[in-house]
Amino acid sequence: MSDQPLFSPRNPWFGISVGVTAAIAVLSAVAGLIWLPLAQPNLKLASVWDAICSAAGVPRAAVQEAAVKPDFKTSNVVMTSEMLTKVDQVSIGRGATLAQRCAICHGPQGVSDAHSPNLAGQFAAVTYKELNDFKTGARVSVVMSPFAAAMSDQDMKDVAAYYAYLPRVPSNNLDTGRAAPAVVVTGAPLRNIPPCGSCHGDIDNKAGSPWLGGQSAVYIKAQLEAFASGTRRNDISQQMRNIARQMTAEEIDQVAHYYEAQP
Amino acid sequence: MLTSKRLILAHFWLAFIVFGAALVLGAWQMFVRSPLNAWHFNPEFYYRSVTAHGSAMGYVFPTLIAMGFGYAITEASFEKALIGRRWAWTGFFLVAVGAVVAMIPVSLGLASVLYTFYPPMVGNPFYYIGVVMVVVGSWIWVALMVINFVIWKRENPGKPVPLAMYANVAGCLLWGWTAVGAALEILFLILPVALGFKSTIDAGLARVFFSWSLHAIVYFWLIPTYIAYYTIFPRAIGGRLYSDAMARISFILFVVVAMPIGVHHLFADPQVGAGFKFMHSVFTGLVALPTLLTVFTICASAEIASRLRGGRGAFGWIGALPWSNPIMLATALSLVMLGFGGAGGLINMSYQLDATVHNTQWITGHFHLIFGGAIVIMYFAIAYDLWPHLTDRALDSFGLMRTQLWLWFIGMIVTTFPWHYVGILGMPRRMAYYDYANPAISPQAFSVTMSAIGGFILLLSGLLFLLVLIRGQFGARGEAGAYRFAVPLHMPARIPVALNSFGLWLALMVGLTVVNYGFPIAQLMALNETSVPAVYVGAGR
Repeated sequence: MSDQPLFSPRNPWFGISVGVTAAIAVLSAVAGLIWLPLAQPNLKLASVWDAICSAAGVPRAAVQEAAVKPDFKTSNVVMTSEMLTKVDQVSIGRGATLAQRCAICHGPQGVSDAHSPNLAGQFAAVTYKELNDFKTGARVSVVMSPFAAAMSDQDMKDVAAYYAYLPRVPSNNLDTGRAAPAVVVTGAPLRNIPPCGSCHGDIDNKAGSPWLGGQSAVYIKAQLEAFASGTRRNDISQQMRNIARQMTAEEIDQVAHYYEAQP
Repeated sequence: MLTSKRLILAHFWLAFIVFGAALVLGAWQMFVRSPLNAWHFNPEFYYRSVTAHGSAMGYVFPTLIAMGFGYAITEASFEKALIGRRWAWTGFFLVAVGAVVAMIPVSLGLASVLYTFYPPMVGNPFYYIGVVMVVVGSWIWVALMVINFVIWKRENPGKPVPLAMYANVAGCLLWGWTAVGAALEILFLILPVALGFKSTIDAGLARVFFSWSLHAIVYFWLIPTYIAYYTIFPRAIGGRLYSDAMARISFILFVVVAMPIGVHHLFADPQVGAGFKFMHSVFTGLVALPTLLTVFTICASAEIASRLRGGRGAFGWIGALPWSNPIMLATALSLVMLGFGGAGGLINMSYQLDATVHNTQWITGHFHLIFGGAIVIMYFAIAYDLWPHLTDRALDSFGLMRTQLWLWFIGMIVTTFPWHYVGILGMPRRMAYYDYANPAISPQAFSVTMSAIGGFILLLSGLLFLLVLIRGQFGARGEAGAYRFAVPLHMPARIPVALNSFGLWLALMVGLTVVNYGFPIAQLMALNETSVPAVYVGAGR
């Protein structure tokens, strides 16, 4: 038995098993790579080789038509998780100097009661992206746009690094005992609203999502309404517009006051 | 003749402790996402729990069972001590330490990526390192089994390898090759990103590599169950195995076709061509073959046992089977669950039918029925059968065993049948929260509640199982005698070399892998700009 050759045409087990396996493989390949794609008229395949390439998943060049361009500017910032997370003391120092011109609205310590965003402790990537969007025109503000227009890329990084370095300060309306609204914790799956907390920090933080704790409720509400109405559209892939459009006015109000009360 | 009793017992105990802990998590998950729970808590805990449950039940528990059972089979079927016992302990400690290393970041919420990893989500590197340690520990077992197999064959030229060991080595080889896919994914795609050397990941390629492991891992879990069907069940009910050759062919078919079929998990993924999806679908259909062969052989073996006991008639023999025997009961219940689960599996393997259930709760219902039901109930049977031989104490709480097995069966049916149903209604999987108050999904609330109740029945059954084993550790001392496997109706004196070795089948397995996976992997590796930014899980907390 053990001297019987295994890999030999004289061994019927070898011939039959290899033959059957190969036959099934070839038949399924012919059916899957040639016959089935050719049987689908909407694929518009010119030849057998075309069918094989299509079924094998070889990427085809997209049809060269002029893409529909939006009639407004979109953000050109590419967000990644590591973006501007490395602390650079020189950059923070430069940013501190540059930020003096921001203090009138955003406060000397990055916190103010002017209903402008509190920037102390904000993620650097977030501040940088907004500055960049103001500069390119993806986000428009009569106050911010002229400031950003004069800033270089390095200036924006420095200012962002400085504000990220400042400690977060709770707002005057701090109330940690306040129950989180349902939309913050669970979202509303049937309206395609993910939980706010899954990006904005309570549950997890995702690249590019600002820290909302202690922000002015007036500001949060204004931004959600701007996203919903489409007057603000620098969110990448309409992430916030799709959410804000689905939110009720009551939910927007609840969320704004909840986050203002958070540290 | 079992000589490494402590080694085998250590594997089984650790496996069942992990199983017990993961079972508690599972029942909790069923509860929190059901309408029974007034929902207000951090959904991240749910994903944390799902990750821990899946990793423990998928990677640690069945691996330890396969390893412990494998060592027992080696010693009992070869009737000699295991070669490489120290290495076996090393493998055991690697699995144990790996499980702890993986679970620490998961419990801290730093790796809530679910046990299937799901790039571009990337968690704490220690989670992946822990999983790799578990796999490396199991590879030591693979190597030991092959070494023992080869040495025995050299010492016994011309003799057929005992069926149990042949099947055991088949499972080892299948696992050895299957685990390569996930290992490649972790080592070359995920870990460089988790460790911070890269910030982008080729998620499509990673998912293809994972599918290489993801489906055949199920057959690796299944092999101990099938070994129990073929080599424990006929002996336990006082009968004989209908056909030794049929058994070998079934295990060989698993080795050859269980692996190059994983793309059926990617039917909805854009990075694999439709033609390759079709080819994988065809080969997935072929895996039904060894299962159908097995069901036939096991039923025939049961009939032999029954007729030896005086069973008569076309169906009357079924009543004459020793139903009070826990192994009989477990096998019968297992086959029923295998039947339903297998039928569901045939739906999943079809490219078109899958479209209706893809990523719904149907899928979770399906793999719980097959793995948690058909497979794990035979793990219980294996433990019940082996325990007296490992502890040298009587295991005689038969009433408790039968209650436990029935509860497991009932619990699994009550859990998974409504679970399948809500999947057909379109309930998505991998979500922590469902708003059952919404009229669009409120019809699902009743079924989900039923599932949750089934989950608690399963938890009760799991606790009973642990109770039986603990009582076994304190039972009356007694020599259980040599551990024996079922004898076939016709003892093979000579068998074809192909049914006594693996060279040909390994060649076919690797060959089919190249045919079915070669092009999709090569193409994705060659394409530029297929990577996306990684999403670091838990990094912002």
